Amino acid sequence: MSEWAHVLINLIMKRFIADLHIHSCLSPCAELDMTPRRIIDTAVARGIDIIAISDHNSAENLETTMRIAQNKDITVLPAMEITSYEEAHILALFSSVEHAATMQDIVYGSLPKGVNDERYTGYQLIVNEADEIITFNKRLLINATSLSIKDLVDAIHSMGGLAVAGHIDREIFSVISQLGFISDDMAFDALEISCNTEKSRAEAVFKEYARFPWITSSDAHNLQDIGRRTTAFFLEEASFDEIARAFKGDGKIEW
Amino acid sequence: MLTINDIAEKLGLDLKAKGDVHKGVTGCYISDLLSDVMANSKDHELWVTLQTHPNVVAVAAIKGISGVIITNGRSPEADTLKRAAAENVTIMTSPYSTFELAGLLYNLLKNANVK
Repeated sequence: MSEWAHVLINLIMKRFIADLHIHSCLSPCAELDMTPRRIIDTAVARGIDIIAISDHNSAENLETTMRIAQNKDITVLPAMEITSYEEAHILALFSSVEHAATMQDIVYGSLPKGVNDERYTGYQLIVNEADEIITFNKRLLINATSLSIKDLVDAIHSMGGLAVAGHIDREIFSVISQLGFISDDMAFDALEISCNTEKSRAEAVFKEYARFPWITSSDAHNLQDIGRRTTAFFLEEASFDEIARAFKGDGKIEW
Repeated sequence: MLTINDIAEKLGLDLKAKGDVHKGVTGCYISDLLSDVMANSKDHELWVTLQTHPNVVAVAAIKGISGVIITNGRSPEADTLKRAAAENVTIMTSPYSTFELAGLLYNLLKNANVK
């Protein structure tokens, strides 16, 4: 990018702090006080402009989350962290709860049949705006779906969503841990680096993936961790479409 | 030394992609983490896995693995077989679980190496 283009970007674009990977109490591994209201209040208090609630293989807390976010000074993106057949975590970001719900139908149809045993895997709470439990999700959300990475990325794209390879630096549940490397035919919109890896180290280890945009996020499972890692996006406004544009190269991404 | 062909025959493996099936087999590595296979497998070994993704072919080719056995009745993806043909990598499948197949393979290779 030329120097002039940089000047233009800095004139038009505003800097937004984003944490695009947060688990609510619907994820079996998350703390029970990770209700949508508390997540949003915590994120606002920490000066985060954009968050995504991304539960394991489920979108059932998103409607509540979006309703709460309407009256708050924050943008919330509907999301899901989906487990592929290869046991890689794919972070899916959507422009609407409806799209996330359509994706959820596909995911639910691809999870193993069975009932979640809370004693081993934890509670999966669907809650309302007042932090009250509406019901327990009894599906095996912590399991892998029967969908391959390609199936998942194609499905996410078919509903206009963004597919991010989750925490590629982790030794489990990442595309690289499971499949060795990111091949050219994996059509990810971005890669995510976890909070375990510093930027300079990530740049050295993953330099062959410089063709992708990179983000980093908290992957918070408790309130304390929200915003422990964030990505700065330079956008015209805080919206799904603008983040999609930034991933395509229109706009700057920094962390 | 047993070849891929010998082993496929003795264990009733289904040859889905035929590379050099006369290649000798010195041992076996079992893992479903491709990053682990990259780090720890050796050339001329068989590789037993549940993974069916095309990256399996790349790892097998890079590491000089003699043949890949996909267990538990899983089928390789169409792209995996296409790439295996291009890279001359042998892909076989078995209805056995990884545990059962490992037992059979262990005995077979142990006896072959004693001779």
